This record gives sequence, structure tokens and C-alpha cells, in this order.
Amino acid sequence: MFVAACCFGAGFLVSALGVKLHNLWIVYLGYGLIGGIGLGIGYISPVSTLIKWFPDRPGMATGMAIMGFGGGAMIGSPLAVMLMKSFATATSAGVAEAFVTMGIVYFLFMMIGVLLVRLPAEGWRPEGYVPRAASAGLITVGNVTVDQAFKTRQFWQLWLVLCMNVTAGIGILETASPMIQEMFPGHVSAVTAGGFVGLLSIFNMAGRFIWASTSDYMGRRNTYMVFFTLGIVLYATIPSIGHMGSVPLFVIVCAILLSMYGGGFATIPAYLKDVFGTMHVGAIHGRLLTAWSVAGVLGPVLVNYIREYQLGQGVAKSDVYDVTMYLMAVLLAVGFVSNWFMKPVDDRHHYQGTPLEA
Amino acid sequence: MRKTSPLLIALAWLIVGIPFLWGFSQTVQKAIALFQ
Repeated sequence: MFVAACCFGAGFLVSALGVKLHNLWIVYLGYGLIGGIGLGIGYISPVSTLIKWFPDRPGMATGMAIMGFGGGAMIGSPLAVMLMKSFATATSAGVAEAFVTMGIVYFLFMMIGVLLVRLPAEGWRPEGYVPRAASAGLITVGNVTVDQAFKTRQFWQLWLVLCMNVTAGIGILETASPMIQEMFPGHVSAVTAGGFVGLLSIFNMAGRFIWASTSDYMGRRNTYMVFFTLGIVLYATIPSIGHMGSVPLFVIVCAILLSMYGGGFATIPAYLKDVFGTMHVGAIHGRLLTAWSVAGVLGPVLVNYIREYQLGQGVAKSDVYDVTMYLMAVLLAVGFVSNWFMKPVDDRHHYQGTPLEA
Repeated sequence: MRKTSPLLIALAWLIVGIPFLWGFSQTVQKAIALFQ
């Protein structure tokens, strides 16, 4: 976590330098590469730590950690705007100064985490918790190493599950502001659209905790079945809601979809723990998050490409998202199939020695 | 195992809770226009 704090903070400072020098590549290096490494390490560490503190409620534990990550957008976005306003002068927009301030603030807050967070002692258990004696369904009592997990079909099935869930969610999240303005012309201003994006971030955050905690009772596979089934229905109804012109109904449907997008993120580490055991869950989660990277490119590219193509074909702006929404429903159907065929990992993949930390 | 001081726990919650509540209130203020 110390490495994460250093990289994340340094990423902002390098970006500030890039802004001062008017060099976009330095900004990419700072905010994109160095900051991105810090973000990735900082995302995984609390998740794998909390899973070990709450072996009886892994969904709730990962939900708490990943909810914090989602909630950060609610703080970071208005904070950046406030800082830029306060540093703005006649000759500068205050971006570099805002980057420096945010880099220092993030570093200090992450260092508080570094000082407070500890792994539980070897063999520690919550009071009254009795670990399972035998594997049941998808939940294993064995452990699979990170390299071995990579060779199982279950890893790639879960990779597809996460990728499809995130692609569909990001498709809405990244284009939320222009989408609501274009689907309801004359009804939604740019400022109100900003409020819509904020509302989605609240549901994204809440979904991470609520859905992941619920998965402790429903089971991970069943939880994803709900995401995919409900998601397909809701995505398929968005075009009709757009044609009806009902802004509140559109907002409610998108909010539910974004809660399931967040829920998918937060439930996946607990799903991995169930299927591959706790020994290397952090490292396995790290590798699985490549699905997020792919989805982060795929979702917005799909939405924007289809939008531009439709506009080129003369489709009205209010209707250009119809095909995209149906396509998102199809992607969720692919995720549904992948999740449907999840089976426990074969015993031959299980680690036979004394469990080791990744 | 040594128990964490309740003061430290309260402080940790404040460090997380204050920025969170500020961000939450800012977001809700903007979002409320959607339903007016």
C-alpha cells in the first residue's frame, strides 16, 4: 500500500509538470502510467486484506473495500473543480496547482491507510466462526496458485463474466452526460446531466456494498445470474423509455443498471475466493482485472462507434443509442452463458503443500 | 490479540466519513434537479 501511495501521489505531481510544460505525453506518463500503477496496487491490497479479516463474510468485505473505490469519484470530481476554481488566474486555469494539491492530499490519506491496515495473525478467526470442512458447490476448501488458476477454464469464464458486465456498465457511465441530453432534447441541460452522472456514481457505490453483501447469502453465481437477467431486461427497455420521453424512469433504470455494474466489480473477488481459495486470491484478482482494462476500451469504443455510424446514416440524435442498448443486452447474454456453465475447479489444480501468501 | 483503541477507530471513521459526506452532499445537490 506504501508503493501504491507513492505511485498515485507521484503520478499527480508528474502530471502537474506535464501541464506546466504543456506536454501531453508527460501527463499520460504521470496520470496514466505512474498513477495507474498506484491505482491498481491500491485497489488490490485492501481487497485481499479484508477477505482475510472477514472469512465468514467475504462478499461484505470486498464490497466495503470496492465501495470506497467507487465512492472516490464522488469526492475527487467536485474537489478537482473546486481546486481549479480557487487556483484559476487570468493566465492559468489552475490545473497544475490542482494536480499538485490532489497528489499531496491523496498521498497523505493513503498513508493513513498504510499506517492503520494490518493483516490478521496466522490462523486468526472471527469469534464463533467455524471454517468449512469440505468443499460444497462452487465453494472450495482447497487453494489454487495464481499460475495454476490461469490454466483453468473457470478463470477465463470469470474473466468473460467480468468483462461483459463491465463493458455494459461503462458503456452507460462513460457516455451518460451526452446520452441523457441527446435522448431527451430540451428536457435535460448540461448541468442537470452532470447531476445524472453524480447520481449514477452514488448507485454504483451503493451497489458495490449491497450486492456484494447480499452475495454472501444468495451465492456468487446466483448474484451474477440476477445481474445478467435483470440487466438484459433493463437494457432492452431503455430505447422504449427514451421514446416515451420519461426522464425519471430512464434515470431509475440507469441507476439500477449502474448498481449492478458496481455489484459485479465488488462480488468478483469473493467469487474468486470461493472458486480458487484465499491463498493467492489477491494475485488472481489482479490478473482477472485485465478484463476491466479490456472493457474500459471496448465499452466506450462500441458506444461511440455505433453513435457516429448511426449519425452518419441520418438517424435522429434521440434514437442513436437504441442499437447500442440492444447490443449491451447481447453482451450480458454472453456473460450469462459463461456464468451458467461455472463448475468447481478440478482437484488436480489444487495446491498440495502448506498454504503460502502471494 | 491487542484490541484497537476506540478513539483510533472513531478517528479512522471521521477521516473517511467527512470527505465522503461532503462529496455525497455535493452530488445530491446536483442530482436533485433531475426530479424537479
